[in-house]
Amino acid sequence: MSLEFSADAQKKIAALCERYQVSGSKQPVVLAALHLAQKQFGHLSDDALRLVARTLELPYAQVYGVATFYTMFRREPGGVTTIRMCTNISCMLRGGYEVLAAFETKLGLAKGMSNSQFTLVEEECIAACANAPCALVGTKYLLDITPEQVPGLVEELIRDPHPESEVV
Amino acid sequence: MPTGRDTKIVTARFGNEDAKTLAGYEKTGGYQTLRKALAMRPQDITAEVKASNLRGRGGAGFSTGVKWGFVPAGAAEVHLVCNADESEPGTCKDRELMYWDPHLLIEGMVIAAHALHSRHNFIYIRGEMMREYVVLQKAVDEAYARGYLGKNVLGTGSQIELTVHRGAGAYICGEETALLNSLEGLRGLPRLKPPFPAVKGLFGNPTIVNNVETLMNVPAIIDKGGAWFAELGMGRSGGTRIVCVSGHVEKPGVFELPIGITFTELIDEVCGGVWKGRKVKAVIPGGVSMPPLDPSELDVPIEFDALQTDERIKPVQYLPGKQFDLGGGKPLRTMAGSGGVVVMDDQTDIPKALWRILKFFAHESCGQCTPCREGTGWMEKVSRRIADGNGKPGDLELLGTIAHGIAGNTICALGDAAAWPAMGFLTKYWSEFEAKIRRAA
Ligand SMILES: Cc1cc2nc3c(=O)[nH]c(=O)nc-3n(C[C@H](O)[C@H](O)[C@H](O)COP(=O)(O)O)c2cc1C
Ligand code: SF4
Ligand code: FES
Repeated sequence: MSLEFSADAQKKIAALCERYQVSGSKQPVVLAALHLAQKQFGHLSDDALRLVARTLELPYAQVYGVATFYTMFRREPGGVTTIRMCTNISCMLRGGYEVLAAFETKLGLAKGMSNSQFTLVEEECIAACANAPCALVGTKYLLDITPEQVPGLVEELIRDPHPESEVV
Repeated sequence: MPTGRDTKIVTARFGNEDAKTLAGYEKTGGYQTLRKALAMRPQDITAEVKASNLRGRGGAGFSTGVKWGFVPAGAAEVHLVCNADESEPGTCKDRELMYWDPHLLIEGMVIAAHALHSRHNFIYIRGEMMREYVVLQKAVDEAYARGYLGKNVLGTGSQIELTVHRGAGAYICGEETALLNSLEGLRGLPRLKPPFPAVKGLFGNPTIVNNVETLMNVPAIIDKGGAWFAELGMGRSGGTRIVCVSGHVEKPGVFELPIGITFTELIDEVCGGVWKGRKVKAVIPGGVSMPPLDPSELDVPIEFDALQTDERIKPVQYLPGKQFDLGGGKPLRTMAGSGGVVVMDDQTDIPKALWRILKFFAHESCGQCTPCREGTGWMEKVSRRIADGNGKPGDLELLGTIAHGIAGNTICALGDAAAWPAMGFLTKYWSEFEAKIRRAA
C-alpha cells in the first residue's frame, strides 16, 4: 500500500528542506521525516520507509539503514505510552532494577514488550541521575521512584498518556 | 571550600519559570550582551574567549577560544553546532540548563556564530529529551520573532539561523563526528580524524562543535570580560563548574560550584554526606568513562589538570604492576570529564557496578572497529559472570588484557571510554574482585 504524509507533515518537511538547503540535499531531513512518519502511522513499516525515501529523494536502503540505527524508531506497532525506565549506574545504585520489576508486574509486560496501551523499555541513562531512579514518559519525567509508587504512576499514565509523538 | 565565590553564571535563572520566556529573560538582562557583541569585531570575541580560559564542558576540556581559532580564515561557509546529546551516564546538567534557561544558550550561540562568521547553526538535541525540545523550540521561535535570529539580526545585516535538530536515540551521537553524520541524515557513525571538524565538518564545511554548558558561558565572558572569568577559576581553567552528583549521597543534585572544590567538600558540605551514615567506597569523578577514585583520593580539586596530574591519584594499571600508558610514558590517573559525579557507599557491590557500566558500552558501540565491537562485548560477558558469582580464575587478567587491547586502538574515544573504567576499577578494587571469584570457585 502506498502511504501519504498528512498535509501538516508535508508542510513541516517542506519547511525543513528549505532550512537545510545549505547542505545541497534533503538528506538531513531524514530523522525529522521518520519522526513524523512514526507519529502518523504508529510505527515504521516498509511502506512508511518507502514514503520517506520517496519524499526526500533518497535510496530506500539508506532510509532503512537510518531507521534501524536509532532506538526511538520502531518497526513494529507499540503502545500509546512508552515508559523508558533507566537502570544505568546511578539508577541501579538506588533501586532502579527493583522499580523496573515493579513496572513489569503492574503492566504485565516484560521489558522490551508492548501491549496496545504501553511499551516498556529498559533505558540507558536519561540524564536525570540526580533524581534516580527515574523514568521518561514523553515530555514527563518520573523522578525518585520507589517500587511502591509504580501502580499509582501507571494509573496516572492511563488517564494522561503522554505519547512520544505529541512533540513531533 | 574556596570562599566568597558563590557566583552563578549558567544556573542563575534556575527555578525562575518567567525567565524561560523571552520577555522574562530580557527583564533579567538577557540579550543585552548580544547587542554589545554584535558591535565587536569577531576576532576580538574569540580573543576574549581565549583569555577567559573557558574549557569545553562536554568531556575533553579543550580550550574553547583555541578551538574557535582553528577555523580557516575566509571560509565561505562555517557552522556552529551545539552538542545537546547529553547521555554519558551520571551526567544530568545540559538537560537542566536547556530547560531552565533556553535563551541563554541561544544568546551564547548567536554571539559565537558572530565570532565564527557562521550563518547556519544547529542544536543537536538528544531524541529522548522531548520536554527540553519543546522549551527550546519555543525559545528559538521567540528569538526569531524578535530579530535575534534570522536574515538580518538586529538590523546589522548579518544572517544567523538556528535550527533545533532532534536525534532519535543513540549514545554514540554525542561523539562530535558521529553527531555530524547524524545531522547530515546518516547513521551516527564516528568519522576518522583528521580532518577535524574545525577544518572539515558539517556538509564538508569548517564546523565548531561545543557543549551546551560551554556555549552558555559565552555571554558572561563577553559581558564581564575574559579576565574576570579566568580569575573566577583555578590554574588554566576559567569560570565555574557544574557538577551533577548522584548515587549514595543524602542530597544528590546539579550544582554550579567554584572550580577547585574537592570531592570531600562536595560530598560532605554540598551533598549532606554519604547516605545512611555510611562511608564512601568509590567515586566516579566525571561520567562513567572516567576511572574511579578510592576514599584516599578525594581531597583532590575537581579541576581538569588536577585530576590528570595530581600524584595523590594512583596511576591506572591494566594488570597488577603494569601501568597503562597514555602515550610517551604518561600515566592515566583520571579526568574531570562531563562533571557527572557518582558516589558509591561502602556496601556497594563493585563488580556489579562495573558490569553495569560495561553493559552500557557494549550496547552503545557502533560496531565500526573490531577492538571496540568485539572487546566491549567480551568485557560485558566476563564482568557479568564475575558479578553473578560465576567468575573463573584468570578472569581479571582477561578483563584487563581486553581493556588494554581496546584503549587507543579505535576510531573514536568510545573505545577508551569503555576500557578506562574497566582498568580503573581493577586497579583500585582488585582484591574485592578476587574475593568474589574465590567465593565462586
Ligand atoms: C562516546 C562519546 C560521547 C560523547 N558524548 C557527548 C555528549 O553527550 N555531549 C557533549 O557535549 N560531548 C560529548 N562528547 C564529546 C564531544 O565529542 C565533543 O568533544 C564536545 O561536544 C566538544 O564540546 P566542548 O569543547 O564544548 O566540550 C562525547 C565524546 C565521545 C567520545
Ligand atoms: S570506537 Fe566503538 S563506537 Fe567508536 S567508532 Fe569504533 S566501534 Fe564505533
Ligand atoms: S543513570 Fe539513570 S538517569 Fe542517569
